[in-house]
Amino acid sequence: MIKFKGINGWIVILLAVAGTMTTATPPSVEASSLSPGQTNRVFNIGEGEEYSRISDALEQVSDRDTIRIHPGVYREHQLIVAQSVVIIGIDRPVIDAGHQGEGFRIVADSVHIEGLEIRNVPTSHSRDHAAIRFDRVSGGKIIDNRFDDTFFGIYLARSHGVEIRDNQLRAYQTREAVSANGIHLWNSNHAVIAGNIINGHRDGIYLEYVENSEIYDNHAVNNIRYGLHFMFSDDCTYHRNRFEDNGAGVAVMYSKRVMMEDNEFLQNWGASSYGLLLKEITDSEIKHNNFSGNTTGIRAEGSDRVKIHYNRFQRNGWAIRITASSMDNMITQNNFIDNAFDVSTNSRQNNSTFEANYWDKYSGYDLKGDGYGDVPYRPVRLFSLIVERNPMALMLLRSMFVQILDLTERIMPTITPETLVDEKPLMSEVSL
Amino acid sequence: MIAKILKYQLRDVMRSKWIIAYALFFLGLTDILFRFGGDGVRVATSMMNVVLIVIPLASIILGAFYLYNTREYIEMLLCHPVKRHQLFWGMFLGLGLPLVLAFTGGVMVPFIYHGAGPEAWTAAGMLAFTGSMLTVIFVGIAYYLALRFDDRIKGLGLALVICLFFTVIYDGIILLVIYMFANYPLEKPVLALSLFNPIDLGRILLLLQFDISALMGLTGAVFRDFFGTVLGMAIALGSLLLWLFVPVYGGFRRFLYKDF
Repeated sequence: MIKFKGINGWIVILLAVAGTMTTATPPSVEASSLSPGQTNRVFNIGEGEEYSRISDALEQVSDRDTIRIHPGVYREHQLIVAQSVVIIGIDRPVIDAGHQGEGFRIVADSVHIEGLEIRNVPTSHSRDHAAIRFDRVSGGKIIDNRFDDTFFGIYLARSHGVEIRDNQLRAYQTREAVSANGIHLWNSNHAVIAGNIINGHRDGIYLEYVENSEIYDNHAVNNIRYGLHFMFSDDCTYHRNRFEDNGAGVAVMYSKRVMMEDNEFLQNWGASSYGLLLKEITDSEIKHNNFSGNTTGIRAEGSDRVKIHYNRFQRNGWAIRITASSMDNMITQNNFIDNAFDVSTNSRQNNSTFEANYWDKYSGYDLKGDGYGDVPYRPVRLFSLIVERNPMALMLLRSMFVQILDLTERIMPTITPETLVDEKPLMSEVSL
Repeated sequence: MIAKILKYQLRDVMRSKWIIAYALFFLGLTDILFRFGGDGVRVATSMMNVVLIVIPLASIILGAFYLYNTREYIEMLLCHPVKRHQLFWGMFLGLGLPLVLAFTGGVMVPFIYHGAGPEAWTAAGMLAFTGSMLTVIFVGIAYYLALRFDDRIKGLGLALVICLFFTVIYDGIILLVIYMFANYPLEKPVLALSLFNPIDLGRILLLLQFDISALMGLTGAVFRDFFGTVLGMAIALGSLLLWLFVPVYGGFRRFLYKDF
């Protein structure tokens, strides 16, 4: 491939040299006179190159051509890519939209964009301005680009099979109403989103009606609302992502068959903030994740048949808050360490199974020596129920009075859910 | 003169060995927690429960006992040219100071030789501060009680009741209030209520250091907004000082005019 490109380069240079020497006509004429598809041409853009503006080159390209953008600052916006081209930045040229409008709008299949920095895409209340927007295409790659102060970073609308990899997105708004999502997918299937770093947007990654996509190795930090937010997105896989210090953590809603593995949910603080919010999620699996330092590790509402296993919950306010509307969930083989409340629920009904978890507050014994405690563990404290009904009571946390209340309730459960009990709590931590 | 009395007092307290036991209790407990639990923040969190329960109880009982037991000694000294106010401060500091030193020493020494990160050090510092404040506050209350009631059964009984009231009953009342007025905005009244109990105040100040994530819910935000500001901190410290001042001053007045 490299060799191929090299040859292309030589052809273009030869043509260019020939063109200037013989006829002195602009090279673009020479280049475009070749029939499309015959050879793949290379367009160089930059100071002292054939083109000084990207938009000029975009008007001349045909499918499978390459645009090489040399270092410099290009004050251009509304760049429409209508052919399947490869756009490559050399030493990271800057495309400055100057708060005028969107960056690239891609309406051709299999466009490849690599090595650019796109800046200053303006906030708009009526238009979804994006640095790079894919509109009804199939295939495409966005690799190793930087986005600085953009409204939407990457926006996919009805575009399938697009790969978004190793980009860095940074935005600076502080209010939800005037900021937009870093990576935004709408009605786009088979996407791959990997290795991106998203900072300061509204939602780090937002997916709506996205199916069969894979999201991994991303790092969403300091976003105003959610690090990851997805709705109506079935059959997606999320792994090895890190969600940190986002306004409200991660929200997954109304989706089926979601797989979340090896993710880290860290330091999401606030009244309505969650490490992971599950709303109407069914038949999904959450495993090998790390929930640490969140107000709430996982909050599950109306979620059914979700397997939560091999996770670590450490130093959260609430490790798991599960509403009685959630049914047939399996919570097994998790480690619960140093959480103020392990499990909290809003009712005496419980329709989920808690089994074989490690609870650091468990004080039972294991006479049989099989690794499981002989006395069941009740993770719901009376006090957590009181707080659930009356948040102000939280000020009595760790009070002697509350500890006495908890103790009496633990001996004679009358208010806490009777069936929410771990019959065989583990004696030592699950090694993850 | 205060210094002289203080010197004798300290020598007396040291001789009685229980202060050593008191220090060793905290030292041993912190050390064991370090050996089992590991990192400093966890140790400080566990010690918080102990501090909030043991210190008020120990200080108020020891304080009352001490004053009742040194009755003859006080009477003897008062026959000599010793000013009453000097004697009182000597007696007060003579017990409060060793208790504070025993506690802070016992807690801090394991932090030194086990080594702890900066986060753990702030936690330990806060713990030491709160514990010391509670010590002197409850010694002050004990002195007042011992000077108010000549009958030591009555005095000690009341000391126990007061201790129980602040550690358990008061919180029960708060919970009751929260339940009864659940439909009203309770943030400010509950904040105010917490100021009227030194143990609650100490607990909340410590909680804001440790269980920050749990407290960051709505209630937590209210408390953090209040105690996180300079004004809130000043009010919290002010009310702790008031808790120190009022009983000690009451005891002081009684001591000045008491007919021994």
